Amino acid sequence: MKEINLTALEHAFQSKIDNDIKIEPKDWMPDAYRKTLIRQISQHAHSEIIGMLPEGNWITRAPNLRRKAVLLAKVQDEAGHGQYLYSAMETLGETRDKSMADLISGKAKYSSIFNYPTLSWADIGAVGWLVDGAAIMNQVALCRTSYGPYARAMVRICKEESFHQRQGFEIMCTLMKGSKEQREMAQDAVNRFWWPALMMFGPSDADSTHSQQSLDWKVKRHTNDELRQSFINATVPQAELIGLTIPDKDLKWNEAKGGYDFGQIDWEEFKQVISGNGPCNAERIAARTKADKEGEWVREAAMAYAEKKNSKKAS
Amino acid sequence: MNSLYKYILRIADDSLILGQRLSELCGHGPAIEEDIALTNIALDLIGQATSLYEYAAIVGNEGKSADDIAFLRFEREYTNALLVEQPNGDFGMTIARQWLFDSFRVLFYEALQQSKDAQLAAIAEKSLKETKYHWKHSSEWLIRLGDGTSESHERVQNGINYLHKYAEELFFMDEVDAELIEKGIALDLTTIKVAYEQKLNEVLPLSTLSLPTNNWKQTGGRIGKHTEHLGHILSELQYMQRAYPNMEW
Repeated sequence: MKEINLTALEHAFQSKIDNDIKIEPKDWMPDAYRKTLIRQISQHAHSEIIGMLPEGNWITRAPNLRRKAVLLAKVQDEAGHGQYLYSAMETLGETRDKSMADLISGKAKYSSIFNYPTLSWADIGAVGWLVDGAAIMNQVALCRTSYGPYARAMVRICKEESFHQRQGFEIMCTLMKGSKEQREMAQDAVNRFWWPALMMFGPSDADSTHSQQSLDWKVKRHTNDELRQSFINATVPQAELIGLTIPDKDLKWNEAKGGYDFGQIDWEEFKQVISGNGPCNAERIAARTKADKEGEWVREAAMAYAEKKNSKKAS
Repeated sequence: MNSLYKYILRIADDSLILGQRLSELCGHGPAIEEDIALTNIALDLIGQATSLYEYAAIVGNEGKSADDIAFLRFEREYTNALLVEQPNGDFGMTIARQWLFDSFRVLFYEALQQSKDAQLAAIAEKSLKETKYHWKHSSEWLIRLGDGTSESHERVQNGINYLHKYAEELFFMDEVDAELIEKGIALDLTTIKVAYEQKLNEVLPLSTLSLPTNNWKQTGGRIGKHTEHLGHILSELQYMQRAYPNMEW
C-alpha cells in the first residue's frame, strides 16, 4: 500500500534509511520527517537546559570541594549538550530563538522528570544514577538515528552522560556506606525518583502516538517499552548491590523473559506532569523566562556592539 | 597560625567565595554560551581554591583537611576581599566584579610565580593560564556592554561605580605580608599597583566607561570584617557540613 503512494523522492529517501545511510541537512526529506526531528531534537535540547535547574539547585550547597567541582562540571556539560542539540536542530531550519520562545510559552515539551524537585543531596546522586541512566538507554540508541547531525551529537553526548551516570551511582554508594541518616537520605531519593525515571521513556507502546512512524524512519531505534525494560534490568542489580530497595512490590525476576516484571506505572501522574501540573513545572518555566528576560539587554548589547564593529570595518 | 597559612587562605578564600557566587548563576545566565563560560570560570576558581586549601592543610599541620578549612570556619575567620562576596546583581554587575578581580589576579599570579615557596609558585603558574582566559572573557564583555547600547552602558557603569570602592582592598598588606615578603615568599603588592591601573586603563577607553571619581575605599575582608553578604553565602556553602557533621560525602 505504502509503496504505491511514494514519489521518487520519498522512495529514494526511504531507501537511504533502509540501507542505514544517514540523512544530511541538504538532502531532501519529507516535511513530516523534518517536523518530527525538530520536535524531538528541540525537546531533547530543552530537557538539557531545564535539567540544569534541579541540579544547579545543589551546587552552592554541595557537601565538599570535590563534589562541588564535579557537579559544576556536570551541569556545564548539560549546557554544552543543549548547545549542540540546538545547533543540530538549526540544520533543519528552526531557529534557537523560536524554539526558546516555544519553551517559555509552554508550547514545547521537555522531559517530565525535571519537574520534580531535588530536596536533598542524595537527590543529586539519584538524578545522576537514575535520570542520566535512563537518558543513556535512549541516547545510546539515538547514536544510530537516521539524521546525521543528531546521531553525531549523540555520540559525543553519550560519552559524557555515561560519566554522569557513574558519578551519580558513586554518590549513592558513598551514602550507603555512610551513617544511618545518609542511608535514609539515599533511600528516600530512590523512593521519589524511581517511578518518575521509568516515566521518562514515555507512554507504553500501545499508547504512544509517534512510535511507529519514528521507527520506520529510524528516528527511534527501539520502542519506549523495550528501553524501559532494559533500564530496569540494568538498574535493579545496581540497587541491590549497594542495599537500596526499589519501591515496587511487584518487581520480580522473570526467568522466562530474562527480565524483571514490574508494577503498574501511574500514567495519570505522568499525564498531569507533562501537561504542566507537576510539582515544579511553573518554577522551571519561570526560571527560564526570568533568565531570558534578564538576558535580553545583554544580547541586544552584544548585537549592537557587533554591528558597530562591522560598520567600522566596512567604512 | 603562622603567616604562610594565613597568606594561603587569603588567596584561597578569594577563589572559593567568587566561585561560590558564580555558581549561583548556573542555569540562569543571559545565553547558553554564557552559562557555559561562567560555570567554567566558577569551576576553575573552585579548583584553584582546592589546591590552595590542600596546601594550607599541610602548612597548618593541625590534622584538618582541605574541606575542613574551606567549610568549617566562622564568618570572621574567612579572609577574602570584600569585592568577591558582593552579590551577582545584573550581568553588568557580575562582569564589572569579574573584570576588577581578574585584572588583579593576572598580575598577582604572574608575579607569584617567582615566589621562593615552590608550591605557591606552582599553583600560581597553573592558575595564571586559567585566569588569563577569565580576564579575556570579562574584558571583552566589559567592552561589549560599555560600547553596546545605552542601557548596557548604564548598567555596567553602575556596576563599576558600585564596586570600585572594593578594588583597593586587593592591595591590602599587613604584618602577614611583611614577614613573607622578607622571605621572598609573598608578593609586595605595591609593585603591581601601577600595572593594575594600567591594565584597567587598557580596557576602559575601548569600553567608553570610566572609573568613579569618588575615592572612597572600603576594606576589612582581609582581617575578617565582612559585609553582611558573607554570612548568607556561608549558610549555603556550609549547610551540609554543619547539618551532618563528620561524614564522608
